[in-house]
Amino acid sequence: MGNVLLQYATVLILTAFVGTEIIAKVPSILHTPLMSGSNAIHGVILVGSMLILGEANTNLQEVLGFLAVILATLNVVGGFVVTDRMLEMFKPKTQKPKGPKNEEVAQ
Amino acid sequence: MSRETLIDLLYLFSATTFVLALKGLGSPKHARQGNMLAAFGMAVAVGATFFKYVDGHSLHHVWLILLAMFIGVIVAVPTARYVKMTAMPQLVAIFNGVGGGAASLVSITEFVHIKSSHPATYVTLEVLLGVLIGTVSFSGSAIAFAKLQELMTGRPITYPGQQAINGFVGLVSAALIVTILITSSTPLLWILLALSAVLGVIFVLPIGGADVPVLISLLNAFTGLAVAASGFTLGSNLLIVAGTLVGASGILLTRLMSKAMGRSLSNVLFSAFGSNVTASGATTREDGRSVRSGTPEDIAILLGFASRVVFIPGYGLAVSQGQHVLRELAELLESRGIEVFYAIHPVAGRMPGHMNVLLAEANVPYEQLVEMDEANSELQTADVALVVGANDTVNPAANDDPGSPIYGMPIIKADLAENVVFLKRSMRPGFAGIENELLYNPKTTLVFGDAKDTLTKMVAAVKAS
Repeated sequence: MGNVLLQYATVLILTAFVGTEIIAKVPSILHTPLMSGSNAIHGVILVGSMLILGEANTNLQEVLGFLAVILATLNVVGGFVVTDRMLEMFKPKTQKPKGPKNEEVAQ
Repeated sequence: MSRETLIDLLYLFSATTFVLALKGLGSPKHARQGNMLAAFGMAVAVGATFFKYVDGHSLHHVWLILLAMFIGVIVAVPTARYVKMTAMPQLVAIFNGVGGGAASLVSITEFVHIKSSHPATYVTLEVLLGVLIGTVSFSGSAIAFAKLQELMTGRPITYPGQQAINGFVGLVSAALIVTILITSSTPLLWILLALSAVLGVIFVLPIGGADVPVLISLLNAFTGLAVAASGFTLGSNLLIVAGTLVGASGILLTRLMSKAMGRSLSNVLFSAFGSNVTASGATTREDGRSVRSGTPEDIAILLGFASRVVFIPGYGLAVSQGQHVLRELAELLESRGIEVFYAIHPVAGRMPGHMNVLLAEANVPYEQLVEMDEANSELQTADVALVVGANDTVNPAANDDPGSPIYGMPIIKADLAENVVFLKRSMRPGFAGIENELLYNPKTTLVFGDAKDTLTKMVAAVKAS
């Protein structure tokens, strides 16, 4: 065991604090996009899937690795596209309608 | 600089983008850039991985990797692009589930790969945790998907001794993990895989449809942890950072979401919420109390005399896709000098923020969307509260009836308005399965039918008057 495990554990614990700290003040309307966005981020398992397929030397490992890459790609691509689509809908309302509305108030 | 160092630096860059992305996703202004940034970081990480050496050689099966990615992209992009907005929660569930499945497969394959070299016990433990958590997330998400897609009942499925059975399966899994740690047996690993799948299913069955979004958030956190576990096994800081980020923030987010519903997380997960309330619903109806129903034309007249109208949208609006007609009605009323706004309950619809997304799609001005607390103070002076496809989020039982399962959940107090109008498909209780007293209130008028149809008729009637 020794140093390597300790180093990984350090990274894990510090990251856990960062993870809770940075989203502590998220407004409730962003709960769903945040969930969806972080869903895409754990799609980083794609990197792991590539590595296991890349080192596969039996048929079993190849099949499992191949499946893993497909599933992980679905996670990454689907996750980011869905999140973008959700957030796309948040955008116009903060920018477009504000202009005319303010003018009305001014009149 | 060596090749490995360069790749590790690129991974560090990606991990940084993920942290910044999560931060961005927490504020409306930077959310979209945040998501783009994470996607860019992901592309960098994946690109760099192609040049990585494993076991002293460059990646084998590069074409196979590209083929698998191609298949993934071909399936994911159209699905994510063209599925209806109402189906978003299930989509998140399924994309989360496949991530869990991938994490589980990575752990299994790594186990098979390194078994011959007699890995240290802690390495095997990481593998087994990755398999357990990843698979629970996979099968749990599949059931969550089925519930939301209405492939199965959205109601909690309960049976006698459920908690005991679930606990037993959990214990057996733990015992199995210990046994595999001692024996390094591959056949037992397959049994653990099967058992984890069962565990995911029985964990999700008793959770009611209305609570599924909270559940998805929790399973999302699980997948994050499974990815972190794979990161330990593969010795990848990137996987550990990304997985832990999602795991930690996901657990916090899950708690925030259940808080928005006025309940504790354990109440959401273990109380089989909404399973035993239909009985009380039936008795209320036997009292012989009647409801008042009206036509869209009646309501149009009522609206015509109002000076202040509040729309309270819910899932029914999303189902009928009536958001554009609703905006049309709002604009029509505004053009006659009637003040209009939309009262948004944080958990209206089937995911938090669902209504904001839906109304934004129909180009409803941001200023007209009012959050719950503000809406409740405005409702006292409103003439008409028009509840469009919402139910539980306006149920006064949450305030008045300590026996109600939703007691304590903050609600939009539609009953404060002079008149309450419900657009409903039927007398069926809402998603949580709880009878709504407000329907029997003398102030209340019900208009039965599909929300979009009813709204369209109301627009026509207002125009004609």
